Amino acid sequence: MSLTLNSAGAFSVFEALKKYLEYDFVRNALLVGLLISVCAGLLGVMLVLKRYSMIGDGLSHVAFGAMAVAAVAGLAPMTVALPITVLAAVLLLWANEKGIIKGDAAIAILSAGAMAIGYLLLNIFPSSDTGSISGDVCSALFGSTSMMTLSQSDVWLCIILSTVVILFFILCYNRIFAVTFDSDFARASGIRTSAYNLIISVVSGVVIVLAMKLVGALLISALIIFPALTSMRLFRNFKAVVISSAVVAVLGSAAGLVLSLIYSFPTGATVVAVHLVIFMLCAVTGAAVHKKG
Amino acid sequence: MSFFGRLKKGDRGAQHAENVIISARDVSLSYEGKTVASDLNFEVCEGDYLCIVGENGSGKSTLLKAIIGLKGVHSGELAVSDKARRAGLGYLPQVTPGEGDFPASVREIVLSGCLNRIGSKPFFGKSERQTVDNIMARLDILRLADKPFSQLSGGQCQRVLLARAYCAAGAVILLDEPVSGLDSEATHEMYRLISELNRDDGKTVVMVSHDTDTALRYASKILHVGGAARDNFFGTTEEYISLNKSSG
Repeated sequence: MSLTLNSAGAFSVFEALKKYLEYDFVRNALLVGLLISVCAGLLGVMLVLKRYSMIGDGLSHVAFGAMAVAAVAGLAPMTVALPITVLAAVLLLWANEKGIIKGDAAIAILSAGAMAIGYLLLNIFPSSDTGSISGDVCSALFGSTSMMTLSQSDVWLCIILSTVVILFFILCYNRIFAVTFDSDFARASGIRTSAYNLIISVVSGVVIVLAMKLVGALLISALIIFPALTSMRLFRNFKAVVISSAVVAVLGSAAGLVLSLIYSFPTGATVVAVHLVIFMLCAVTGAAVHKKG
Repeated sequence: MSFFGRLKKGDRGAQHAENVIISARDVSLSYEGKTVASDLNFEVCEGDYLCIVGENGSGKSTLLKAIIGLKGVHSGELAVSDKARRAGLGYLPQVTPGEGDFPASVREIVLSGCLNRIGSKPFFGKSERQTVDNIMARLDILRLADKPFSQLSGGQCQRVLLARAYCAAGAVILLDEPVSGLDSEATHEMYRLISELNRDDGKTVVMVSHDTDTALRYASKILHVGGAARDNFFGTTEEYISLNKSSG
């Protein structure tokens, strides 16, 4: 895994990348990482515009708690985390729509509570497989090595779920715009907005659990929010923001994944750091362009 | 439907009942648990221009939301004919949607008014795009088509939302305080456009307004919502004016 580069020339970077791409697990990691990024980028536009960014963050902590439960119970992480996180997403967005949750306090309680319970469980019942609590926790929080150890069924699950999510965004694009921009008007036009909100909750849960593989629980909200915010600095219409968000998500994650491979950086942190740099560059560019225009 | 059935047996005749788009029988409405309007009885027929007036907090906006189906009624019967519902209701909300820096172009917003025309199809076709271009040209916002909504003036925003409501309105346009916050020139222009859509396109207009004077100038029927005082009135504009004159 740790191929060191003595000369940092572009040629040797490409050589190293080529060598890595010969491995199945690297190709799988890249494929899954990029698919997840597209989903996160698309979802991010909606969450940011509906002012749900904090809910995304809260859900990622729930996913961590659920993973911990799975680890302790000796179950496959996905089979536990997926339904629990989706359920939490549905409940949270429903409570938000109904005005039951006012402000961020309830989300903060949920986040911290799920985190604490997760960590507590992992400490009380250390996993017999790995024997290392800190390794488990670190990987769940920051997604350090899990991308390189994807099983074939993980890969297929990611491909199928991502494809469904992307198809939903393409086919329902016009309705998603209407519901996001003005849900009262959308309802008056006969769109079943509550059904859309339910689907969006489910999609949020699914994307967050998938993204946990890539960047870990603590960094998921960055993966979801950065591409959308970056695109909103550059563009002022919905279609351009959505397309740009998907493209930025893929480019940022691809660069992050490649950098982390070649230089043996932690995957999640590298991906998010690249997205941060892209955001800052686009914020400056956007400000300059729009000031001029 | 049962309501229309009763009407046919009554003294108004079947032809009249067919033209009724919205009908209210003893409707009362509540807002956050409090009754804001009660004993409302009125009808809106095809081609009417109904203005709903009344004090702040009398339940005008709540009534509009109940007609659209965003809220339920507390008691009574509020019916929108199936024909009108199928044709589509166009709504212009009181609060301008898309907070702050929502990225949306004028064309995207007006086009979203055509959603009820495409049924279960995922994308808009040529005819929807043509409709959108036509109405934008009529409301003098075609030159703004690719501008971001967040950079428009108040008057321009309202014209964009009127265009969107027009696209959605197969039969009825429902407007909630369409001129609030506009300067006098933009207000006049907005009223002129709404009146034109009613007169030339035969769109039925239901407008909530706190500006009674202008309402009297343009509307064919007036509904005064008396709030808790139950001081309701429904009738033609002439009846409303003569009633007010006689009461002093």
